Amino acid sequence: MHEYPITEQIIKIASEKAKENNARSITRITLVVGEQSGFIGESIQMYFDIISKDTLCEGAVLEMENIKAKWYCPDCNIHYARQPFSFACPDCGNDGMPTNIGKEFYVKDIEIETE
Amino acid sequence: MAEKEIQVVQNIFDENDRIAFATQEKLGEMGVFVVNIMGAPGAGKTSSIINLIQQLSENKVYVIEGDIESDIDTVKLKELGIEAIQINTNGACHLDAPTIQSSLDGLSFDKPGLLFIENIGNLVCPAEFQIGEHIKMLICSAAEGSDKPYKYPLAFEKADVILLTKCDLKTYVDFNDEFFLKGVRALNKTAPVFEVNAKTGQGFEDVAEWLLQRKG
Ligand SMILES: [Zn+2]
Repeated sequence: MHEYPITEQIIKIASEKAKENNARSITRITLVVGEQSGFIGESIQMYFDIISKDTLCEGAVLEMENIKAKWYCPDCNIHYARQPFSFACPDCGNDGMPTNIGKEFYVKDIEIETE
Repeated sequence: MAEKEIQVVQNIFDENDRIAFATQEKLGEMGVFVVNIMGAPGAGKTSSIINLIQQLSENKVYVIEGDIESDIDTVKLKELGIEAIQINTNGACHLDAPTIQSSLDGLSFDKPGLLFIENIGNLVCPAEFQIGEHIKMLICSAAEGSDKPYKYPLAFEKADVILLTKCDLKTYVDFNDEFFLKGVRALNKTAPVFEVNAKTGQGFEDVAEWLLQRKG
């Protein structure tokens, strides 16, 4: 459910950019989706196929670049993927801190066709 | 015909966040402090709001109740003389900024005070959307278990204040305080954690005092 309005937003962003560049159609949209963004690629794709009909985005390939979430340990100055039920740094065992790596959710680029 | 690649790099939340910021500013100028209340179904969100309102009796309080389809909580609030409106999302799992913006006309805002927005009961999506709040209050019950920070990290990371409700049940559910607080602190160094009991009202005085201080 939650991917529907977000997919509309993706189509809007891509279409506006395409119009600015006098596109006839959009052939590809690349999304960057962090693991922690809470958005699921398959759901976006499903809605995309429905909502993009009769827009510049119809028929475009939706590409997703998925990014794994990373934690940061200030003591060891490293980034790491956390284990389930733990926030501990693999090197020193102290709890690190969350970062913005893995929370990305943006339209990276589009490929368009012009006359 | 030519193919061209165009850089976009535009956050998909931009429009939502712009509207949220406008709501936050507008209500802030009117002296209304907005609290976004997040928590799982049954965590005690509505009971906590009622307890807080009793403690905040000298302040005007407004409530927006987000619910998937019922208006049970709004009826309960209105019976207590609280100015409340209902938003039904018809299945959507969280509130967003446009929904809140368009519902504001339903409240009088005749006095400065506080607006509590009860988000949909869910620990995942509400944490991802700004709705126009000044702070996020996370309500989490002891009955849900002490592993919630590990399972729903984003909600804990984004919270400005955390209420642990139903603390009288701790012994029955083997609630592990140390494990819970360790998880909370790994995710969030600053949010205060208040232990409360909505049945007896215990602990809400401190939360109300904190809220008023934060409201300024
Ligand atoms: Zn370390």
